[in-house]
Amino acid sequence: MSSPRTYAYYPGCSGLGTSMEYDISTRAVCKALGMTLTDIPDWSCCGSTPAHTVDHSFSTALSARNLKIAAKAGLSTVTTPCPSCLTNLKTAGKNVKDAEFKKKVEILLDGQLPELPEVMSVLQALYEDIGADVVAEHVKKPLTGLKVACYYGCIMNRPPEVMEFDDPEHPIAMDKLMEAAGATVIPFPLKVECCGASLGVARKDVVAKLTGKLIDTAAGLGVDALVTACPLCQMNLDLRQDQANAALGTRHRIPVFYYTQLLGLAFDLPEEALGLDKLCVDPHHALETAKERAQNTKVREETA
Amino acid sequence: MDVVFLDKTRDDAFVAEVERESGQNVALCYQCGNCTAGCPYTFAYDIPVSQIMRLLQAGQKDRLLKCKSIWLCATCESCTTRCPNNIDVAKIMDVLRHQARRHGLAGERNVKVFWDAFLDSVKAHGRVFELGALATYVTRTGRFWTDMDLGPKIFPKGKIGFKPHDIKGKDEVKKIFDRFMEESSK
Ligand code: SF4
Ligand code: SF4
Repeated sequence: MSSPRTYAYYPGCSGLGTSMEYDISTRAVCKALGMTLTDIPDWSCCGSTPAHTVDHSFSTALSARNLKIAAKAGLSTVTTPCPSCLTNLKTAGKNVKDAEFKKKVEILLDGQLPELPEVMSVLQALYEDIGADVVAEHVKKPLTGLKVACYYGCIMNRPPEVMEFDDPEHPIAMDKLMEAAGATVIPFPLKVECCGASLGVARKDVVAKLTGKLIDTAAGLGVDALVTACPLCQMNLDLRQDQANAALGTRHRIPVFYYTQLLGLAFDLPEEALGLDKLCVDPHHALETAKERAQNTKVREETA
Repeated sequence: MDVVFLDKTRDDAFVAEVERESGQNVALCYQCGNCTAGCPYTFAYDIPVSQIMRLLQAGQKDRLLKCKSIWLCATCESCTTRCPNNIDVAKIMDVLRHQARRHGLAGERNVKVFWDAFLDSVKAHGRVFELGALATYVTRTGRFWTDMDLGPKIFPKGKIGFKPHDIKGKDEVKKIFDRFMEESSK
């Protein structure tokens, strides 16, 4: 690991609301690892999916406003936990490399764009800049016995030309971090399948079907919990789990953690600092099951 | 079976426009079906994504701009990632939405209304105010019962803010919206 870098941090709007536990656990974990996150001053919304369905120069301008502020603050790397923000920020950075496109964006922003900082997900920063081995060194309470399926969602790694991180079909960064935290990672074949994204409000039926498939598959694999890196995925799988159950005629109750929450638990950070109480499906049963399993294995090993 | 009468409905200018706006060469598609095979939304689409590509090659503007699929596409990037001819299919879906908007079309009205409610919230506050955007959506669609079942799950968690987080630069953000409107009406 090189000396810990300072990152310009872009929390994203959901971090102030429906994914606040992702935001607080991300900050807590990064702090524990010695990373400095400096919030982009007065950051604004990247426009998420709705903006790029309107126009590409428009969505780029909304993202570029934030990148410009970070550049002015002298920060060369922007990091965000949210894959949707990540896509927008990264795409914006790519788009303005085209001089003609850049001019259009500068008209919308009414000002010239400086050289824009590079953008990476917090997951990438943890995996590439810090590294799974250093993460493992910080583990005080390994998650031994906890069986998890890592779910990356559709856009953390795709398309590869834009995201430039991990593998677009079989990403492993989260798996490796979870292993470093002591958890048992069960291979999950649907790790990059879409959960229904923001269609939850307008087309609940579509989301119920897609998340239902994810939850049902994870349950079939016998996992204690799903682990996510995306606020929308987490919300669809956790908050809407009963809608999916109703659509499928199932009764699954699988907790859906943010990977940062589990890292934090392994670092022995207090539950409040990780927002465990914000999850809709209570995760404590799964954590207890894992502990018992670990205990039983230990006893079996000792008596063997 | 749908029959497309190319001589009557082919619109070459439309194809050229989509190609210019997306930067993609639609002629490269050889109908392998990879995009459709990987598209998680095919079950809900009225036209599967590979057929959208075919209809696009055939210049079928009206069919495409009125279809539901372009509003259900979640930009999951599966098609773009897997197309053997490196066509950015998801970008084409985006461009078709842009064009549908310009023509005042929305094959899935509620999806558009939700996205617009989201953007109106960003325009007003600089950041999206989740509860406010949802309220706007409910008002505009009359779908009062949308997600009522989720209220008891989420409100006690204290995750839903009851007040927007206005930023200092919200006027700056609003001006991006205004300038965009101005530029696109030119
Ligand atoms: S980007 Fe859209 S069209 Fe392409 S696979 Fe995903 S949902 Fe289907
Ligand atoms: S994957 Fe590419 S080449 Fe194959 S049908 Fe889809 S767009 Fe055409």
